[in-house]
Amino acid sequence: MIVRILGEGQYDIAGAESSVLEGLDSVLMEAVETGDESAFAAALDALIAEVRRTGTPVADDSFAPSDLVVPFSDSTLEETKGLLAEPGGETGSEDR
Amino acid sequence: MSVMKRLSGIVQAKTNKLLDKAEDPRESLDLSYQKQLESLQKVRRSVADVTTAKKRIELQASQLQTQADKLQSQAKAALTQGNEDLAREALARRAALADQLTELETQHQQVQAQETKLIDTAQKLQTQVDSFRTKKETMKATYTAAEAQTKIGEAVSGISESMSDAGMSMQRAQDKIDGMQARAGAMDELLASGALTDLTNPVDDIQAQLDKASTTSAVDDQLAALKAEVAVGSAPPAAELPAAESGDAPS
Repeated sequence: MIVRILGEGQYDIAGAESSVLEGLDSVLMEAVETGDESAFAAALDALIAEVRRTGTPVADDSFAPSDLVVPFSDSTLEETKGLLAEPGGETGSEDR
Repeated sequence: MSVMKRLSGIVQAKTNKLLDKAEDPRESLDLSYQKQLESLQKVRRSVADVTTAKKRIELQASQLQTQADKLQSQAKAALTQGNEDLAREALARRAALADQLTELETQHQQVQAQETKLIDTAQKLQTQVDSFRTKKETMKATYTAAEAQTKIGEAVSGISESMSDAGMSMQRAQDKIDGMQARAGAMDELLASGALTDLTNPVDDIQAQLDKASTTSAVDDQLAALKAEVAVGSAPPAAELPAAESGDAPS
């Protein structure tokens, strides 16, 4: 599974470890929905740390589409909300 | 709902848009690099603008400080002359200047913070642009190789996604810069409008009163000396008379 951290690059995460990621992801989503700035920052830090810990950086000359995309590591809650409102977000979640 | 899946969909949508537009991704890469260089130039100009605004504030603060110091010594001079009302007036004006100085100090801190942020942004952007320059050549080479092997589809969408990410990063930096520029511009306008300069160049009536008092007192001294001379000697030296006459009128 290929995960991209925006502004940073891609990580290759071996198959089944995604349950931890999924958990962190839903904590992040909840923080976005409730508008809790500090919970958001903590959740984003945790998610990014997990991607870096479990993933292997994808080489610069290897280009594959990502399965999951993580916000910029220094994103604000406001900014992420704006980003998630852009075209493609709704259809992306309904598909799966 | 998942942030990562939604973002993936958004990046995908951006990538598709990019693919629809681009005839040859290699050309878009060069174009994207050009845009990044332009952004970098813009940030550097913003740094210069903010630095100018900061220097203006510093200049104003130093002018205000000089004025405050002057009022302080004027208050002292007024007291020496026994004019307590004038001393009070000088101190009151000095207090108003102190308020302005505090306000300028706050603005200086804000501009300083903006400058630091902009310099930081410029450095990050420089790193980003440098690494993109290398990366785009790799992307172009990969694309060319994939083209030869007719594996072009996957390479293109992968490269395009990287380009979307680079584009989003650049847009983000640009938004930040625009925000900072707007704030720096507002600050500059405020300074240029003279809203903060009202008290830096008042008509110096305090100094006029002090000068008048000290002139009067000098004349009084001369007059007293002259009176003493006249009283002591019935024949004062003729040479001293013209000087004394000129000071005679005010009394």
